[in-house]
Amino acid sequence: MALSVHKYDAVVVGAGGAGMRCSLQLARAGLRVAVLSKVFPTRSHTVAAQGGIGASLGNMDEDNWHYHFYDTVKGSDWLGDQDAIEFMCREAPKVVYELEHMGMPFDRNPDGTIYQRPFGGHSAKYGEKPVPRACAAADRTGHAMLHTLYQQNVKSNTTFFVEWMALDIIRDAEGDVVGVTALEMETGEVSIFHAKCVLFATGGAGRIFAASTNAFINTGDGLGMAARAGIPLEDMEFWQFHPTGVHNAGVLLTEGCRGEGAILRNKDGERFMERYAPKLKDLAPRDFVSRCMDQEIKEGRGCGPNGDYIALDLTHLGGETIMKRLPSVHEIGKNFANVDVIKEPIPVVPTIHYQMGGIPTNIHGQVVVPRNGNPNTVVNGFYAIGECSCVSVHGANRLGTNSLLDLLVFGRAAGNHLIETALASKAHKPLPANAADYSLARIAKLDQSNSGEYPQDVANDLRRAMQTHAGVFRTQKSMDEGVVKVLAIAERAASLSLKDKSKVFNTARIEALEVANLMEAAKATMVSAAARKESRGAHTVDDYGDTPEHPLGRNDEVWMKHTLWYSEGNRLDYKPVQTKPLTVDTVPLAKRTF
Amino acid sequence: MLTDLEFSKLRWRCRRGFLENDIILTRLLDRRGANFTAEEHEQLLALISLDDNDLWEIIAGRSDDFPQGCNGMVETLRQTRVNH
Ligand SMILES: Cc1cc2nc3c(=O)[nH]c(=O)nc-3n(C[C@H](O)[C@H](O)[C@H](O)COP(=O)(O)OP(=O)(O)OC[C@H]3O[C@@H](n4cnc5c(N)ncnc54)[C@H](O)[C@@H]3O)c2cc1C
Repeated sequence: MALSVHKYDAVVVGAGGAGMRCSLQLARAGLRVAVLSKVFPTRSHTVAAQGGIGASLGNMDEDNWHYHFYDTVKGSDWLGDQDAIEFMCREAPKVVYELEHMGMPFDRNPDGTIYQRPFGGHSAKYGEKPVPRACAAADRTGHAMLHTLYQQNVKSNTTFFVEWMALDIIRDAEGDVVGVTALEMETGEVSIFHAKCVLFATGGAGRIFAASTNAFINTGDGLGMAARAGIPLEDMEFWQFHPTGVHNAGVLLTEGCRGEGAILRNKDGERFMERYAPKLKDLAPRDFVSRCMDQEIKEGRGCGPNGDYIALDLTHLGGETIMKRLPSVHEIGKNFANVDVIKEPIPVVPTIHYQMGGIPTNIHGQVVVPRNGNPNTVVNGFYAIGECSCVSVHGANRLGTNSLLDLLVFGRAAGNHLIETALASKAHKPLPANAADYSLARIAKLDQSNSGEYPQDVANDLRRAMQTHAGVFRTQKSMDEGVVKVLAIAERAASLSLKDKSKVFNTARIEALEVANLMEAAKATMVSAAARKESRGAHTVDDYGDTPEHPLGRNDEVWMKHTLWYSEGNRLDYKPVQTKPLTVDTVPLAKRTF
Repeated sequence: MLTDLEFSKLRWRCRRGFLENDIILTRLLDRRGANFTAEEHEQLLALISLDDNDLWEIIAGRSDDFPQGCNGMVETLRQTRVNH
């Protein structure tokens, strides 16, 4: 059967901040650009971001990109590539001002400049004092950014394919990427998008964990597609946790709670943080508090009938303070935990928030893989940007506000790179004869299934296993067990069954296809985590504790390198961290203290 | 009662940009299944065509700025929010 073929200069998969910043650059240069999205563009997960975009504008206090660069390298626990970090921090003011000129409604100072708020980890004078660096549009920064970019794209004639799900990458005999296959939900038909280049901006895979602040849409499709096409995934063991997500819901409770004096208690009512961090107590850094909470739960001091959460107690603050300073916390308590936080503690657990790893790229957004001794050989025709990519600016731990910045800087850079390489005048490479066979076979297998489990049952087991074995508190034994468990779940996921076999708008089929992507992201995370025998940033393993040779468990001699996980053969490889920035001196290794 | 196709579409369009909306809308669909009248269906479609932040303000009861004729479904969503 002949499939319909859509031909474009560039196909961008994903209409979040990264995808739309890139498509805008391309469309403005007169290229024919298609953007595919599973949901309406302004409903992409970028809309959830409230805090802001990091840029050293220096509008509130002295600041410059050197300070931002230093903070980001240190925050990354020296796993971030210093060339990419320099590039991002230098470009930051430019991309923020560009957004301002496009009409982004940033908050303002009385003198008309962009207002900036402080955020954890951002400092002036190389860690000396906090500096306000986050540019925000009230608490709707992501929303405002998506709307601004969408309107500009419409003006520039970007073509949107909404409720289309990309399925697989098409590579030719030379390994170059020449298109993607995609399913139109409305008709259930598969089509081919034939392009001179394909850009992935598909967001994170936060739904591989049971407790996640991410929306349901974040199923890591780009990671799944890349992994199935033989592209490795980089540094997937590094996931950022937030200490106070509502138990069983994931919804985030702001750090402001603990700032105002809220206390974390175990089942005995003990303020356990006093034991772990006698000075900072409940206000110790995010990753540290998260690990202490998990330890309490693992050692049987969790609250509730299953002993699986921690109580965040605000009752001593009094109703008046809560309603005045933390009204959203009161609302979240009522809506997602059935709890009046004025009268009783609210159940919380450390919750997955952000994926630091992803598809390996260089600073132009080009996907790179090891080949013939070069760890960063470009895959022709393939780019990745945003949370699905690993460039790597976040290394082992991301600083707040650096993700929205990453989307803007590298979305724009990828667009510019394509324009500079004269994409418009290049010819399309021919499609291979069997371009869509693989995707069609995957769908046919689902449609023909009459035994096997339902996708959501397998996905739920996967999420539970990931939460237990690759959660915030990691031990070597538990991670090794996790590898066995996740690989067993992957076997089950290989033969899913569909209740509904209809063709048109079959949500069950879409969810089954998503499970295949979740599986790749989960395997990459679990296997990479079990293999990294040190603690670094968000990957903290109890077995590798603080020693004089390896402060905080970080072992630079052996492990200062990026992980690369290949789906085929479930194999690992490593590549060096780029410690040389573009123009300035390297930030030398140091212990990460707070 | 919605057709399978209507329900499937509705379920997909209740996939939102942030978790709060995902949870409340999924809670509603899990409870009601395809049991919506044509009028309720129409109201729900109008509401989920709003932006996520605007929809959440309405569900959370902070805004009454919703499309005309959607009062019934707004009340249902607000009830779904508070009744766990
Ligand atoms: C609650 C919360 C608050 C946050 N606040 C901040 C903040 O204040 N500052 C900050 O810097 N970061 C913040 N972050 C992180 C930041 O929001 C995300 O990392 C970022 O928005 C990801 O953007 P993206 O463009 O990479 O992907 P997304 O915005 O997730 O977009 C992904 C796109 O890909 C599409 N897609 C996915 N798979 C497919 C497929 N198979 N076919 C077709 N389309 C597909 C989707 O439809 C969507 O359009 C926050 C995160 C959360 C969860």
